Amino acid sequence: MVLLLFNAFNGLIQGAFYALMALGLALILGLNATINFAHGAFMALAAYFAFTIFPYTGFWGALIIAPLLAAGVGFVVETTMVRRLYTRKDPIYTLLLTFGLALILQDMIRTIWGAQGQPLAIPAMLNHPLSNTYFFVTGYRLFVVGVALVSTGALFAVLRFSRIGIRIRAGNSDLETIAALGVNIYLLRTINFMIGILFAGVAGILAAGQLGLNPNMGDSLIMPAFVAIVVGGVGSLLGSLLGGLIIGLASGIVTTFAPAASEVVIYVIMGVMLVVRPRGLLGQEGLFE
Amino acid sequence: MSTPSSLSRTDAAATTTNPKFNRRVIGNLLLGLVLIAVPFWLPLVGGYTDLASRVLIYALAAMGLNLLLGFTGGLSFGHAAYFGLGAYGVGLMLKYETHNIFIALLAGTVLGGAAAALLGPIAARRRGIYFSMITIAIGQMFYFIAVRWNSFTGGYDGLTGFSRHPVHLPGLTLPMGSLDFYYMVLICFGLGAWGLWTILNSPLGHTFVAIRENHKRLTFLGIRTQRYIAISFAISGTIAALAGGLDAMYGNFTSPNVLEYTLSGNFLIIAVLGGMRNFWGPLVGAVIFILVRDYVSSITHNWMTVIGLIFVVSVLFFPLGILGSIKDWRALISPRIREQDAP
Repeated sequence: MVLLLFNAFNGLIQGAFYALMALGLALILGLNATINFAHGAFMALAAYFAFTIFPYTGFWGALIIAPLLAAGVGFVVETTMVRRLYTRKDPIYTLLLTFGLALILQDMIRTIWGAQGQPLAIPAMLNHPLSNTYFFVTGYRLFVVGVALVSTGALFAVLRFSRIGIRIRAGNSDLETIAALGVNIYLLRTINFMIGILFAGVAGILAAGQLGLNPNMGDSLIMPAFVAIVVGGVGSLLGSLLGGLIIGLASGIVTTFAPAASEVVIYVIMGVMLVVRPRGLLGQEGLFE
Repeated sequence: MSTPSSLSRTDAAATTTNPKFNRRVIGNLLLGLVLIAVPFWLPLVGGYTDLASRVLIYALAAMGLNLLLGFTGGLSFGHAAYFGLGAYGVGLMLKYETHNIFIALLAGTVLGGAAAALLGPIAARRRGIYFSMITIAIGQMFYFIAVRWNSFTGGYDGLTGFSRHPVHLPGLTLPMGSLDFYYMVLICFGLGAWGLWTILNSPLGHTFVAIRENHKRLTFLGIRTQRYIAISFAISGTIAALAGGLDAMYGNFTSPNVLEYTLSGNFLIIAVLGGMRNFWGPLVGAVIFILVRDYVSSITHNWMTVIGLIFVVSVLFFPLGILGSIKDWRALISPRIREQDAP
């Protein structure tokens, strides 16, 4: 029973990472109409930024500043490259562009910080189990869940109540109309892209605290994040969030019974979902088609 | 007054169709001759035969992908799955079942093709970005199966312990060295290209192109577009599997890398770089991609950046690909060429 709880809890943590990645991806997929293959690379980049500024700012400072730095790189990428492709209807171009960028970013990380994995120190106050029976509930893991909750809550609040968030949502449903109403959609898309990268950055630093840094750390998270979006439904941020948690939990629970199947199970869930309910949990019919 | 002019116009149309057709046939024959002669001229320019085999294998896979991508309008980011299934099919057959490389190749192709035929209809339920995301995820599933099913597939380390055995024909034995293998790859490439060419010039192929051009309209006309996309998916996966089978024999080795999405991305960029609206585009793309990768990885550790730059530059500045851009420049000079659409 403890083993099951242990794995389920692990799955939940994993699911929180998936959900954070999926939220960023879904944001960018929505307004920027871009499958951001470089999302994993941006995530790793933020983690390495955190690693570099750690001695000066400490963990807490790095947690705030490093995602912003990564978002700065995202700003450059969006304004100089991704933006040029919005007028091309075929999604292949942004897909291949971000794929190429992912290769470049990963190679740069490898060149600058080295190919070996590095640890990222986490504050001592977070680094011990809270109970003896449930040894796996460490402060850090609860902290991960907490940060995921807070940042997701903040995102939904921004989208719901702030002017920019309302514009992002309006742009998702009809970009031409809000452009005609005088909204600078280029600026809006840039901001949206940067918010997406911010989420990748937060996920990256949290993941680095748990598993350490390595240049390919994004690879193992980006695919499940895609699956989370498909399961949750394209076009629904809440769906992506749920999708991430569901596949994380499922993968954790399956680990208890058949460790070898823990990765495959998320694709099975996706397959079943596609057959039973092709638009996903909360997806809108006919979006992006 | 009007009759002669209209007559002469149809005449002109007739004479322009036929030479166009002839030019293409002659062009294809010339290409065939150049490829047959590769072992004779490639060493003279500093290449080696295995490199040509690799180019043709990648070109075949990308041409298979391009049936779906360039001619049906389905952006699959998961074709490495079928390529890899072909490779594992061949490897496992040669290791456990048979020493006949042709039976193994057939088995690998059938395995990958069957997977594409089964999974195509699932992916074809959606279109556009959604379709791509589903194909990516399906592809990754096979990657994890190959990694996790250690006892059968060799896990991360890959599958070894098989080799291409000599072929015994009545009267002669082919040792299947680099040279023999190149011709085997070339024959498979020729068969695949011929098959694709035939399909694209058949009503089926015209349906594919029509789906790419205007999906909605075909649906209104009562065409079951999902079914046709699934057919295109299956054919394209089969060709990719054939290429994957050859790839396993190329190095007598296969690993989960051939199933990973990175390889799918490479196939896509090969098609786009060469020109995804052109029949021979993927071949041109493969020549450039493989040669650049081969050369750059021998001179710098940062070859991944160079590959990434190929992606970025070709997407930003050559969206039509090399053959597409050439056609565009020629169309500026002679408007007649603009009417041609490959193949």
